[in-house]
Amino acid sequence: MNQNRATHLISGAFVVSAVASVSLAVVYAVGGTAWLEGTLLGIALAGIGVGLILWAKEYLPIGEEVQQRDSLEPEPSEEEEAEDALEEGIHAIGRRSLLVKLGAMAAGALGVAALFPIRSLGGRPGTELITTPWYDGVRVVDEDGQPIAADRVEVGQVLTVFPEGAVGSGDAVALVIGLPDGVNQPLPGREDWSVGGLVSYSKLCTHVGCPVGLYEPTSQQLFCPCHQSVFDVPAGANPVGGPAARPLPQLPIDVDDAGYLIATGGFSGAPGAGFWWRPDDD
Amino acid sequence: MIKRLLVALDNRLNAASFTRRTLTKVFPDHWSFMLGEIALYAFLMLVLTGVFLTFFFDASQATTTYNGTYQPLNGVEVSQAFRSVLDISFDVRAGLVMRQAHHWAALIFVAAIIVHLCRIFFTGAFRKPRDINWVVGVTLLLLAIFNGFTGYSLPDDLLSGIGLRVLYSIALSIPLVGTWLAYLVFGGEFPAEGIISRLYSIHIMIIPLTIGAILTIHLALVWHQKHAQFKGPGRTESNVVGSRLWPTYAVKSVGLFFMVAAVIMALGGLFQINPVWFFGPFDPAQVTSPAQPDWYMGWMEGALRLFPPWEIGAFDHVIVPAPFFPAVLLPGITFAFLYAWPFLEAWLTGDHDAHNLLDRPRDRPIRTSLGVATLGFYIMLLVAGSNDLIAKWLLVNVGAVTNVLRVLLFVVPVFAGLLTFSLLRGLVASGARRLTDMPASAVWQSWKRDN
Repeated sequence: MNQNRATHLISGAFVVSAVASVSLAVVYAVGGTAWLEGTLLGIALAGIGVGLILWAKEYLPIGEEVQQRDSLEPEPSEEEEAEDALEEGIHAIGRRSLLVKLGAMAAGALGVAALFPIRSLGGRPGTELITTPWYDGVRVVDEDGQPIAADRVEVGQVLTVFPEGAVGSGDAVALVIGLPDGVNQPLPGREDWSVGGLVSYSKLCTHVGCPVGLYEPTSQQLFCPCHQSVFDVPAGANPVGGPAARPLPQLPIDVDDAGYLIATGGFSGAPGAGFWWRPDDD
Repeated sequence: MIKRLLVALDNRLNAASFTRRTLTKVFPDHWSFMLGEIALYAFLMLVLTGVFLTFFFDASQATTTYNGTYQPLNGVEVSQAFRSVLDISFDVRAGLVMRQAHHWAALIFVAAIIVHLCRIFFTGAFRKPRDINWVVGVTLLLLAIFNGFTGYSLPDDLLSGIGLRVLYSIALSIPLVGTWLAYLVFGGEFPAEGIISRLYSIHIMIIPLTIGAILTIHLALVWHQKHAQFKGPGRTESNVVGSRLWPTYAVKSVGLFFMVAAVIMALGGLFQINPVWFFGPFDPAQVTSPAQPDWYMGWMEGALRLFPPWEIGAFDHVIVPAPFFPAVLLPGITFAFLYAWPFLEAWLTGDHDAHNLLDRPRDRPIRTSLGVATLGFYIMLLVAGSNDLIAKWLLVNVGAVTNVLRVLLFVVPVFAGLLTFSLLRGLVASGARRLTDMPASAVWQSWKRDN
């Protein structure tokens, strides 16, 4: 590049940068606009960047220097001296072997003791991983805590539900699904777990616990939007596609005397993702 | 002035010799040697923008009623963390630029590390004596990915809340220790109180300080061992040919910092990223669709989507849940191989010598082809992380896309590896300087010969 032209370009870059910085201050002072701030900051920074890089390319010495590398491997004599220095110390300490052992014991015990506060970070995993706030007789309520009349969920509809008193619970969340007449094929022993055309299943995917948010009424399938597992609702919410390996746990439901949905027990298994001591429920 | 200061320092520290050696230190010139610097400067921008954000972010999960500039969420119950992120985005002056620049800088940070890692791999710069620094660098990649995840989980929005549920489930899936590990990290059964403040400590203190310390070691080793260089006239195993730190590289490198900063800040101002107000606050019963994590988590996401529903059950218990294989075993194997590669290659080739001259990728066709095949595998996983979007664009069933991707996951790497091998052999045989200078007939001939 022509030297004159380079000087002009570099000067120009620095001047543009300074102008952008001043404008940035003005934009900020009058209230700020994200896209303008970003643009001006970009120009202010790039002006200096372009100027410096051009400067280095055009006027500073490039690629002419030769430097020798020092060897990264030690001379044998140096290595020996280092080893001797180390061993001398080990020998001096090692002469009191009982003290060495007791010192190591004390340090080890302190190390073990120091591990204990880690236990404060989390309690012992227990049955709460399997149980939920659902129990026999609890009312099924919607996300606003309202009880659900049996005729509220129509065929083809789904409703997110919780046990009364535990709205928002992380593991109790379930779906009530309205199936067309005669479609449901209850699993053996679960013949009375549905009421009318209504069935209820955990809303947490058995893969990694995402809420199974999408329902396709024509195929009666539930889809998980996270990893695309597909559950066949009439067949016990059995997984028929995607990475989930287990069916969604079923919630037995019925209608109480006032005509509202109730649960007649807990889920058929632990909701959500699997873990190594999770009992097989199917 | 500077001279007087130097003299004053020298009189107290005998720093003259150190100063001379530092200023006259020679670095070899090649554009690809700047990739690591881009990562370094992205990290610097992360610290700068991140410190700004800490002044406004509130890591509390206590609920409050949102009442701010963003009208659609007015009156909605949200956590203090979510509220503070909305405030940063809408009410703090220059807050949105800083927040978005911080997120963009994180994406660029991990990307620059991975491209830098590829440069090191394909030029053989990981060989002795730099194998030790490769191990340090892989640790930095691990920490960068981890800090990215903890960072985008902080706003307590619906999308990242699902990400946390996935992470919890992945921890849970580890046999024997999984439930304990999940409880120690999250404090109890998901969604336990206080996870955001835990992530905050990890995100702004523990990991950045660790990155800072390990980065210092990384740079000190580059400094001490002196940078490797490509072969060329006058360049030997025992010298470095290039330009001096002062003034050439000092000016060039500071210029590069400003360029990286310019790109990050311009992206932060012009391109929306992670608009948490569209996702809404976290609610364990809700989900966003589509749901994709940040790009560097995409390969694990893809693995979770592609892995078949296989579980190992025994004694009426689950034992090994399906996510363990793609989300624990695969990343474990990936990083084990990354850490081990320099030693594995030395063992396989019997080459235990120190190297200061770099390979051109074509000089090591097997290594290069293996590298391309491996990249192909992880890129396919990354693609699979968006199988729902692909299905939507192509108007086909997502199950079909998943099945095709399950096949391509293995076909693409094999094909890419074989193609690379042929191209490199053709390149060497034709004597062309670059791939683009090579005649098409030479490409075809070498492909025919090899396959």
